[in-house]
Amino acid sequence: MYPDKAKMESLVEATELAEVRGRSLWSDARARFIRNKAAVGGLIILILILAFSLFGQVFQAWSNEAIDWKLVGRVTQIGGPSFENGHYFGADDLGRDLYARVVQGTGISIMVGVVGSLVAVIVGTLYGATAGYFGGRLDNIMMRTVDVLMSIPFMFVLILMLVIWGRSITMLFVGIGLISWLDMARIVRGQTLSIKNKEFVETAVAIGVRPFTIILRHIVPNLLGIVVVYATLLIPGLIMAESFISFLGLGVQEPMTSLGALIQGGSKQMLYGAWWQIAFPLFFFLATLFAFTFVGDGLRDALDPKDR
Amino acid sequence: MSLLEIKDLKVTFRTNDGPVNAVNGLSFTIDKGETLAIVGESGSGKSQTAFAAMGLLAQNGSATGEVNWDGRNLIGLSQRQMNKVRSDQIAMIFQDPMTSLNPYMRISDQMAEVLVQHKGMSKRDAIAEATRMLDAVRIPDAANRVRMYPHEFSGGMRQRVMIAMALLCRPRLLIADEPTTALDVTVQAQIMQLLGDIRQEFGTAVILITHDLGVVAGFCDRTLVMYGGQIMEEGTTEEVFAQPRHPYTKGLLQAVPRLDRDDGDLQTIAGEPPDMSRLPAGCPFSPRCATMLEQCPAVRPELVTTSDGRRRACHLSIEEVVQ
Amino acid sequence: MTAPILSVKDLSVTFDVRQQGAWPWTPARKLHAVNKVNFDLKPGECLGVVGESGSGKSTLARAIVGTVPTSGGQILVDGRDLASMSPEERRVHRRDVQMVFQDPLAALNPRMTVGEIIAEPLITHEPNTPRAEVKKRVSELMERVGLLPNLINRYPHEFSGGQCQRIGIARALILRPKLLICDEPVSALDVSVQAQVVNLLMELQRDFGLSMIFIAHDLSVVKHISDEIVVMYLGTVMEQANARTLTTKPSHPYSQALISAVPIPDPVLERARPRAVIEGELPSPLNPPSGCVFRTRCPKAQASCAGDRPALLDLGNDHTVACPFHEEVDVLAAAV
Repeated sequence: MYPDKAKMESLVEATELAEVRGRSLWSDARARFIRNKAAVGGLIILILILAFSLFGQVFQAWSNEAIDWKLVGRVTQIGGPSFENGHYFGADDLGRDLYARVVQGTGISIMVGVVGSLVAVIVGTLYGATAGYFGGRLDNIMMRTVDVLMSIPFMFVLILMLVIWGRSITMLFVGIGLISWLDMARIVRGQTLSIKNKEFVETAVAIGVRPFTIILRHIVPNLLGIVVVYATLLIPGLIMAESFISFLGLGVQEPMTSLGALIQGGSKQMLYGAWWQIAFPLFFFLATLFAFTFVGDGLRDALDPKDR
Repeated sequence: MSLLEIKDLKVTFRTNDGPVNAVNGLSFTIDKGETLAIVGESGSGKSQTAFAAMGLLAQNGSATGEVNWDGRNLIGLSQRQMNKVRSDQIAMIFQDPMTSLNPYMRISDQMAEVLVQHKGMSKRDAIAEATRMLDAVRIPDAANRVRMYPHEFSGGMRQRVMIAMALLCRPRLLIADEPTTALDVTVQAQIMQLLGDIRQEFGTAVILITHDLGVVAGFCDRTLVMYGGQIMEEGTTEEVFAQPRHPYTKGLLQAVPRLDRDDGDLQTIAGEPPDMSRLPAGCPFSPRCATMLEQCPAVRPELVTTSDGRRRACHLSIEEVVQ
Repeated sequence: MTAPILSVKDLSVTFDVRQQGAWPWTPARKLHAVNKVNFDLKPGECLGVVGESGSGKSTLARAIVGTVPTSGGQILVDGRDLASMSPEERRVHRRDVQMVFQDPLAALNPRMTVGEIIAEPLITHEPNTPRAEVKKRVSELMERVGLLPNLINRYPHEFSGGQCQRIGIARALILRPKLLICDEPVSALDVSVQAQVVNLLMELQRDFGLSMIFIAHDLSVVKHISDEIVVMYLGTVMEQANARTLTTKPSHPYSQALISAVPIPDPVLERARPRAVIEGELPSPLNPPSGCVFRTRCPKAQASCAGDRPALLDLGNDHTVACPFHEEVDVLAAAV
């Protein structure tokens, strides 16, 4: 039986009638994440890199397009990093300011990763959750479609697209976006299958909640943990893919650049002693990848404590 | 002399929210061939008591006190020494047999392994002995069944296999932790009958850990009631059921509906099972006790032995509880 | 006699079980989870359904709630057949039949607050209710089921099992349904909390004028709360009678075995009782015995039991039994 009235009222007074704010699973996860030093370190580095790509222009002495004619032809000798001439990171082989180009390249690279990952999150989650929730023939058709798309060699098609429709950043986004959600859809579908059998979903069906409301209200919020983790871990993969394409010379177009393109440029100049042309882009490239990976691992541990 | 004597056993778990005392100064004994019930709800510490005695506590748990077996304190023994004791003197069976059976090994191999390791038997003899033991726990067609894998058995049959495995080395004490909780009543009746027969046949003492008062009533000589990691009361099963001397036992007996009579309204114990990380300094049951006195939350009642050999821990007098 | 609120007629539920590694075109095997079950529930009464695992009692509940499709028979709620309704009509009808589940925590979405969980049926069926009104009704109901209303913003994992079950009950009652189906509502709870929930359900049943189906494997609890009891085995009804008759004078050999197996918390009585332990375990529901499904474990089985399925015999007084060799045995009194 429930506690008697008097006892209950005294309890209510004790808790001062204020509605107690619940400790949601998210706030629990946040506490666990904050306890994880590597992840917090990764997050701080990530924020710094993001700030660098967004506000780095404020400090640049040269625009990323301008050529410093004083350096042309003698970059390997006098184009190194220097505060005096304003080329903090040195200059590239054409005499353009490397600092400005790294700022811009980091921005593009992160954007490719984040946009691709966002597409994966939105399309992949809804697609996977729908397939998993309804099951049966619909699930079969939807997932076989994914299988077919996955069996197409992604890099080859992307390169083909870039060759046919011209190299542009839009094309790159379209290409990466088309591919990135496939894995996500599979993962989400698998998770949905297990969540679907939980009693709270059955309750919602019994209550008479409409199927799409069930997906949005009961399935997706319980998927978000794994989705966030996977998305964070997907970003470095996409950055790498973009770098690879840029490295082949098919990525973003000049004067725009990305970390991959910069590394490619730098690798050619390494032989002549212009170490800075590869060192700075490479440093930002690796730092970004490590930071995302640490944050992703931290999120996984925080959101899914059972795994440990 | 008693078979097993536990003295002032304390079990503590380190958790993120600070230490949690699962068992708080527990003492009891069990004699040869006796059956003792440890009754309690979740959080009573009944299972942790058994785990501590068997040296099977989880990584973050630690036990202090004495677990005397054959004049030797088992607490502080190395894993190797404990393995020896566990294999041929004390055996344990669990609620879910699947957790203690290897799904990828035939029953014959799993059972023979024990005998080969501890008794130095040849594999052939060991399998023959295993078959005999399966027969003893009334598994039909034991000679063929012994070669099957765990998943090929039903829940009740698996529990029989577990019992057979536990008995292989003829232990003197069998600890059964909720052995029938996952089973249907008709199968539960079969298993309890089997445990009774085995006890007679092998003279094994049994500690039955359960929340089911009905099972206790039919099976155990003595009953020990735990709450919040402490003993509330102890006595022979007949006496405890006929005249509980602790408000908790009394409440528990009134809270279960009985098939053999019209219950009227069920009496309930208010509140929820205890939060082990926030127990009161005094009696752990005091927050739910209908007859709580002023000193109950602050002063822990002594566990007193009365002249008739029963024990109880309550500030109220026996007459006050019984009436 | 009043018209029944719920009338189940020849209800069958079958599942397709695909064999592993079979060709896609091999027909799936049929598992008869519920096989031609009949019963009526009078308004304001509680019908208990007992049976062991695999008896089909949970499937029966789910068929009535409508989360499992039926394969034959009728489910009449207030005289209207569920099977003949369009999906939209059925969705609307669901407000009249609500369910309480076994695992209290699993039945609550961990990402929603208690207030959101309890309000969900209300928001689904009366989406235009003003927010203040929703909150008022949720708070009132929380108080009614014994939860402090100021916990409305808490999450399920912050509650104990018994409290979670109260949340589940509050959610089931917010729309004032006519019929409440409880599937093992207390078996996951501690003994001392079970009685609280049982008493709460009985009180609510009285106060709200609910009709209830109470499903459990624990016959003692079912007997305590129910007016009528149906005993099921392998998807089939073995016996139906009022609670008193069924527990004191069961006629079907299976009911007798079941009652005899239920332990009674009284050492003197329990040890004196002759125990008719039935041997063996439940046969595979994929391949049930012919004729009477219980015959493989039945102490009274005869050759004729393998033939036709025994019909439900009416013994008068609303007592029906599916066994031609039925015989009243007072399983409990034999002890004294």
